[in-house]
Amino acid sequence: MKCFNYPLYIRSVPSQNELKFHYTVHTSLDVVEEKVSAVGKSIGDQRELYLGLLYPTEDYKVYGYVTNSKVKFVIVVDSSNTSLRDNEIRSMFRKLHNSFTDVMCNPFYNPGDPIQSKAFNGIVSGMMVQTG
Amino acid sequence: MADESLFEFLHMEIVSHIFNEQQSSKGEMDNKDRAACISLLEAMGFRVGQGLIERLTRDTPSFKDELDIMKFICKDFWTKVFRRQVDNLRTNHQGTYVLQDNKFALLTQFSSGKQYLDQAPKYLAFSCGVVRGALSNLGLESVVTAEVSIMPSCKFQVVIQKL
Repeated sequence: MKCFNYPLYIRSVPSQNELKFHYTVHTSLDVVEEKVSAVGKSIGDQRELYLGLLYPTEDYKVYGYVTNSKVKFVIVVDSSNTSLRDNEIRSMFRKLHNSFTDVMCNPFYNPGDPIQSKAFNGIVSGMMVQTG
Repeated sequence: MADESLFEFLHMEIVSHIFNEQQSSKGEMDNKDRAACISLLEAMGFRVGQGLIERLTRDTPSFKDELDIMKFICKDFWTKVFRRQVDNLRTNHQGTYVLQDNKFALLTQFSSGKQYLDQAPKYLAFSCGVVRGALSNLGLESVVTAEVSIMPSCKFQVVIQKL
Protein backbone atom coordinates (compact mmCIF):
# COMPACT_ATOMS: atom_id res chain seq x y z
CA MET A 1 0.00 0.00 0.00
CA LYS A 2 1.25 3.46 -0.80
CA CYS A 3 2.06 5.24 2.45
CA PHE A 4 2.72 8.77 1.42
CA ASN A 5 0.28 11.63 1.39
CA TYR A 6 0.84 14.75 -0.59
CA PRO A 7 -1.66 17.40 -1.58
CA LEU A 8 -3.08 17.29 -5.07
CA TYR A 9 -4.89 20.56 -4.55
CA ILE A 10 -5.13 23.29 -1.90
CA ARG A 11 -7.24 26.46 -2.08
CA SER A 12 -8.16 28.95 0.57
CA VAL A 13 -9.89 32.28 0.96
CA PRO A 14 -8.26 34.67 1.74
CA SER A 15 -5.19 33.17 0.09
CA GLN A 16 -2.59 34.70 2.37
CA ASN A 17 -3.46 32.14 5.05
CA GLU A 18 -2.65 29.27 2.74
CA LEU A 19 0.47 28.11 4.60
CA LYS A 20 -1.44 27.85 7.85
CA PHE A 21 -4.03 25.68 6.13
CA HIS A 22 -1.34 23.44 4.64
CA TYR A 23 -0.28 22.69 8.20
CA THR A 24 -3.81 22.19 9.49
CA VAL A 25 -4.66 19.84 6.66
CA HIS A 26 -1.46 17.86 7.07
CA THR A 27 -2.04 17.20 10.75
CA SER A 28 -5.68 16.30 10.16
CA LEU A 29 -4.44 13.47 7.91
CA ASP A 30 -3.40 11.52 11.01
CA VAL A 31 -6.94 11.63 12.33
CA VAL A 32 -8.19 10.57 8.91
CA GLU A 33 -5.88 7.54 8.89
CA GLU A 34 -7.12 6.59 12.33
CA LYS A 35 -10.73 6.71 11.23
CA VAL A 36 -10.05 4.80 8.04
CA SER A 37 -8.49 1.89 9.88
CA ALA A 38 -11.39 1.89 12.34
CA VAL A 39 -14.01 1.74 9.58
CA GLY A 40 -12.89 -1.71 8.53
CA LYS A 41 -14.15 -3.07 11.85
CA SER A 42 -17.55 -1.43 11.78
CA ILE A 43 -20.14 -0.78 9.05
CA GLY A 44 -18.70 0.15 5.70
CA ASP A 45 -19.60 3.77 5.17
CA GLN A 46 -17.28 5.72 2.98
CA ARG A 47 -18.00 9.08 4.48
CA GLU A 48 -16.47 10.45 7.62
CA LEU A 49 -17.45 13.76 9.02
CA TYR A 50 -16.41 16.18 11.56
CA LEU A 51 -12.95 15.16 12.66
CA GLY A 52 -13.43 17.56 15.51
CA LEU A 53 -11.60 20.65 16.61
CA LEU A 54 -7.96 19.87 16.05
CA TYR A 55 -6.80 23.16 17.50
CA PRO A 56 -8.97 24.25 20.41
CA THR A 57 -7.32 27.66 20.31
CA GLU A 58 -7.94 28.31 16.67
CA ASP A 59 -11.66 27.77 16.22
CA TYR A 60 -11.67 25.81 13.00
CA LYS A 61 -13.91 22.92 12.13
CA VAL A 62 -12.19 20.33 10.02
CA TYR A 63 -14.21 17.82 8.00
CA GLY A 64 -12.82 14.82 6.22
CA TYR A 65 -13.98 12.47 3.44
CA VAL A 66 -12.21 9.49 1.93
CA THR A 67 -13.01 7.89 -1.41
CA ASN A 68 -12.60 4.22 -2.23
CA SER A 69 -9.51 5.14 -4.16
CA LYS A 70 -7.93 6.45 -0.95
CA VAL A 71 -8.09 10.08 -1.99
CA LYS A 72 -8.77 12.31 0.97
CA PHE A 73 -10.74 15.53 0.91
CA VAL A 74 -10.41 17.97 3.80
CA ILE A 75 -12.58 21.05 4.29
CA VAL A 76 -11.60 23.65 6.89
CA VAL A 77 -14.32 26.03 8.00
CA ASP A 78 -14.30 28.95 10.37
CA SER A 79 -16.08 28.03 13.59
CA SER A 80 -17.87 31.34 13.67
CA ASN A 81 -19.71 30.17 10.57
CA THR A 82 -22.32 28.15 12.43
CA SER A 83 -24.87 28.33 9.63
CA LEU A 84 -23.18 25.45 7.78
CA ARG A 85 -25.13 22.27 8.44
CA ASP A 86 -24.16 18.64 8.12
CA ASN A 87 -26.01 18.05 4.83
CA GLU A 88 -24.39 21.08 3.29
CA ILE A 89 -20.96 19.75 4.12
CA ARG A 90 -21.97 16.34 2.77
CA SER A 91 -23.18 17.88 -0.46
CA MET A 92 -19.96 19.86 -0.77
CA PHE A 93 -17.98 16.63 -0.50
CA ARG A 94 -20.28 15.03 -3.06
CA LYS A 95 -19.62 17.84 -5.52
CA LEU A 96 -15.89 17.64 -4.87
CA HIS A 97 -15.92 13.90 -5.43
CA ASN A 98 -17.88 14.21 -8.68
CA SER A 99 -15.53 16.89 -9.90
CA PHE A 100 -12.51 14.82 -8.96
CA THR A 101 -13.92 11.84 -10.86
CA ASP A 102 -14.16 14.03 -13.94
CA VAL A 103 -10.54 15.13 -13.49
CA MET A 104 -9.46 11.48 -13.25
CA CYS A 105 -11.17 10.66 -16.53
CA ASN A 106 -9.46 13.51 -18.33
CA PRO A 107 -6.80 11.94 -20.57
CA PHE A 108 -4.52 14.94 -20.08
CA TYR A 109 -4.40 14.40 -16.35
CA ASN A 110 -1.72 12.09 -14.98
CA PRO A 111 -2.86 10.52 -11.71
CA GLY A 112 -0.65 11.79 -8.90
CA ASP A 113 0.03 15.16 -10.47
CA PRO A 114 -1.24 18.38 -8.90
CA ILE A 115 -4.69 19.18 -10.22
CA GLN A 116 -4.72 22.02 -12.72
CA SER A 117 -8.14 21.59 -14.23
CA LYS A 118 -10.08 24.84 -14.68
CA ALA A 119 -13.36 23.04 -14.22
CA PHE A 120 -12.23 21.72 -10.84
CA ASN A 121 -11.05 25.21 -9.85
CA GLY A 122 -14.44 26.57 -10.82
CA ILE A 123 -16.35 24.12 -8.66
CA VAL A 124 -14.13 24.84 -5.67
CA SER A 125 -14.41 28.65 -6.08
CA GLY A 126 -18.16 28.31 -6.35
CA MET A 127 -18.27 26.54 -3.00
CA MET A 128 -15.88 28.90 -1.23
CA VAL A 129 -17.61 32.09 -2.27
CA GLN A 130 -20.91 30.66 -1.09
CA THR A 131 -19.65 29.98 2.40
CA GLY A 132 -17.98 33.37 2.71
CA MET B 1 -26.47 -3.62 -28.97
CA ALA B 2 -24.23 -1.73 -31.34
CA ASP B 3 -22.41 -0.03 -28.44
CA GLU B 4 -20.56 -3.22 -27.62
CA SER B 5 -19.17 -3.59 -31.11
CA LEU B 6 -17.92 0.01 -31.05
CA PHE B 7 -15.37 -0.75 -28.40
CA GLU B 8 -14.52 -4.17 -29.82
CA PHE B 9 -13.72 -2.69 -33.23
CA LEU B 10 -11.76 0.16 -31.70
CA HIS B 11 -9.77 -2.26 -29.60
CA MET B 12 -8.98 -4.43 -32.61
CA GLU B 13 -7.74 -1.40 -34.52
CA ILE B 14 -5.62 -0.22 -31.60
CA VAL B 15 -3.90 -3.60 -31.35
CA SER B 16 -3.31 -3.85 -35.06
CA HIS B 17 -2.10 -0.25 -35.30
CA ILE B 18 0.45 -0.68 -32.55
CA PHE B 19 1.80 -3.87 -34.06
CA ASN B 20 1.98 -2.34 -37.52
CA GLU B 21 3.84 0.72 -36.24
CA GLN B 22 6.44 -1.45 -34.60
CA GLN B 23 6.77 -3.61 -37.68
CA SER B 24 7.17 -0.82 -40.23
CA SER B 25 10.16 0.69 -38.49
CA LYS B 26 12.01 -2.58 -38.27
CA GLY B 27 10.67 -4.86 -40.97
CA GLU B 28 10.99 -7.93 -38.76
CA MET B 29 9.18 -8.51 -35.46
CA ASP B 30 11.28 -10.17 -32.83
CA ASN B 31 10.29 -11.07 -29.31
CA LYS B 32 11.54 -7.81 -27.86
CA ASP B 33 9.35 -5.79 -30.22
CA ARG B 34 6.36 -7.94 -29.48
CA ALA B 35 6.96 -7.46 -25.76
CA ALA B 36 7.20 -3.69 -26.26
CA CYS B 37 3.85 -3.62 -28.05
CA ILE B 38 2.21 -5.68 -25.37
CA SER B 39 3.58 -3.35 -22.65
CA LEU B 40 2.23 -0.36 -24.54
CA LEU B 41 -1.22 -1.89 -24.70
CA GLU B 42 -1.07 -2.82 -21.04
CA ALA B 43 -0.04 0.71 -20.08
CA MET B 44 -3.01 2.12 -21.98
CA GLY B 45 -5.30 -0.25 -20.15
CA PHE B 46 -3.75 0.80 -16.85
CA ARG B 47 -4.66 4.46 -17.25
CA VAL B 48 -8.17 3.54 -18.41
CA GLY B 49 -8.61 1.25 -15.41
CA GLN B 50 -7.64 4.05 -13.02
CA GLY B 51 -10.23 6.44 -14.40
CA LEU B 52 -12.91 3.77 -14.68
CA ILE B 53 -12.61 2.62 -11.10
CA GLU B 54 -12.94 6.19 -9.86
CA ARG B 55 -16.30 6.45 -11.61
CA LEU B 56 -17.52 3.01 -10.66
CA THR B 57 -16.72 3.21 -6.94
CA ARG B 58 -18.20 6.66 -6.47
CA ASP B 59 -21.29 5.42 -4.73
CA THR B 60 -20.20 2.11 -3.29
CA PRO B 61 -19.41 1.72 0.41
CA SER B 62 -15.80 1.11 1.52
CA PHE B 63 -14.24 -2.27 0.94
CA LYS B 64 -13.52 -4.30 4.03
CA ASP B 65 -10.51 -6.21 2.73
CA GLU B 66 -8.66 -7.54 -0.28
CA LEU B 67 -11.14 -10.34 -0.92
CA ASP B 68 -13.97 -7.83 -0.89
CA ILE B 69 -12.16 -5.79 -3.52
CA MET B 70 -11.60 -8.87 -5.71
CA LYS B 71 -15.26 -9.81 -5.43
CA PHE B 72 -16.21 -6.32 -6.53
CA ILE B 73 -13.89 -6.66 -9.53
CA CYS B 74 -15.42 -10.02 -10.42
CA LYS B 75 -19.01 -8.88 -10.18
CA ASP B 76 -19.76 -5.18 -10.58
CA PHE B 77 -16.60 -4.12 -12.37
CA TRP B 78 -16.57 -7.04 -14.80
CA THR B 79 -20.27 -6.49 -15.53
CA LYS B 80 -19.80 -2.83 -16.34
CA VAL B 81 -16.70 -3.36 -18.46
CA PHE B 82 -17.15 -6.78 -20.06
CA ARG B 83 -20.91 -7.17 -19.73
CA ARG B 84 -20.86 -10.37 -17.69
CA GLN B 85 -19.58 -11.59 -14.36
CA VAL B 86 -16.48 -13.64 -13.82
CA ASP B 87 -17.48 -17.30 -13.76
CA ASN B 88 -14.99 -18.51 -11.23
CA LEU B 89 -12.74 -16.86 -8.65
CA ARG B 90 -10.07 -18.91 -6.95
CA THR B 91 -7.51 -17.79 -4.43
CA ASN B 92 -4.78 -19.17 -2.26
CA HIS B 93 -5.62 -16.53 0.35
CA GLN B 94 -2.08 -15.30 0.11
CA GLY B 95 -2.47 -12.65 -2.53
CA THR B 96 -2.91 -14.76 -5.67
CA TYR B 97 -6.29 -14.80 -7.42
CA VAL B 98 -7.40 -16.53 -10.59
CA LEU B 99 -10.41 -15.07 -12.37
CA GLN B 100 -11.96 -17.31 -14.99
CA ASP B 101 -14.26 -15.93 -17.64
CA ASN B 102 -15.68 -18.62 -19.90
CA LYS B 103 -16.90 -16.28 -22.57
CA PHE B 104 -14.55 -13.34 -22.52
CA ALA B 105 -16.13 -10.43 -24.37
CA LEU B 106 -13.09 -9.50 -26.41
CA LEU B 107 -12.39 -13.06 -27.55
CA THR B 108 -15.84 -14.30 -28.57
CA GLN B 109 -15.48 -13.18 -32.18
CA PHE B 110 -12.21 -15.04 -32.70
CA SER B 111 -13.10 -18.70 -32.45
CA SER B 112 -14.65 -21.30 -30.17
CA GLY B 113 -11.73 -23.63 -29.99
CA LYS B 114 -8.05 -23.54 -30.66
CA GLN B 115 -7.93 -21.53 -33.86
CA TYR B 116 -6.03 -18.23 -33.54
CA LEU B 117 -4.86 -19.20 -30.05
CA ASP B 118 -1.42 -17.71 -30.66
CA GLN B 119 -2.94 -14.31 -31.45
CA ALA B 120 -4.92 -14.15 -28.24
CA PRO B 121 -2.26 -12.59 -25.93
CA LYS B 122 -2.21 -9.41 -28.01
CA TYR B 123 -5.88 -8.92 -27.41
CA LEU B 124 -5.70 -9.57 -23.71
CA ALA B 125 -2.96 -7.08 -22.83
CA PHE B 126 -5.28 -4.09 -22.71
CA SER B 127 -7.73 -5.87 -20.41
CA CYS B 128 -4.92 -6.94 -18.08
CA GLY B 129 -3.93 -3.30 -17.87
CA VAL B 130 -7.48 -2.25 -17.07
CA VAL B 131 -7.63 -4.68 -14.14
CA ARG B 132 -4.20 -3.61 -12.90
CA GLY B 133 -5.15 0.07 -13.10
CA ALA B 134 -8.38 -0.50 -11.25
CA LEU B 135 -6.62 -2.40 -8.44
CA SER B 136 -3.89 0.20 -8.25
CA ASN B 137 -6.33 3.00 -7.57
CA LEU B 138 -8.02 0.91 -4.93
CA GLY B 139 -4.69 0.69 -3.14
CA LEU B 140 -3.48 -2.70 -4.36
CA GLU B 141 -0.35 -2.98 -6.47
CA SER B 142 -0.51 -6.13 -8.55
CA VAL B 143 0.75 -8.04 -11.53
CA VAL B 144 -1.98 -9.22 -13.89
CA THR B 145 -1.46 -11.82 -16.57
CA ALA B 146 -3.88 -13.73 -18.76
CA GLU B 147 -3.84 -17.10 -20.39
CA VAL B 148 -6.10 -18.85 -22.83
CA SER B 149 -6.23 -22.55 -23.56
CA ILE B 150 -9.58 -22.76 -25.32
CA MET B 151 -11.29 -19.73 -26.78
CA PRO B 152 -13.25 -17.82 -25.68
CA SER B 153 -12.57 -18.92 -22.14
CA CYS B 154 -9.69 -17.18 -20.43
CA LYS B 155 -8.06 -16.97 -17.02
CA PHE B 156 -6.67 -13.81 -15.49
CA GLN B 157 -4.11 -14.29 -12.79
CA VAL B 158 -3.74 -11.46 -10.29
CA VAL B 159 -0.83 -11.47 -7.88
CA ILE B 160 -1.02 -8.76 -5.25
CA GLN B 161 2.36 -7.25 -4.47
CA LYS B 162 2.99 -6.89 -0.78
CA LEU B 163 5.22 -3.89 -0.09
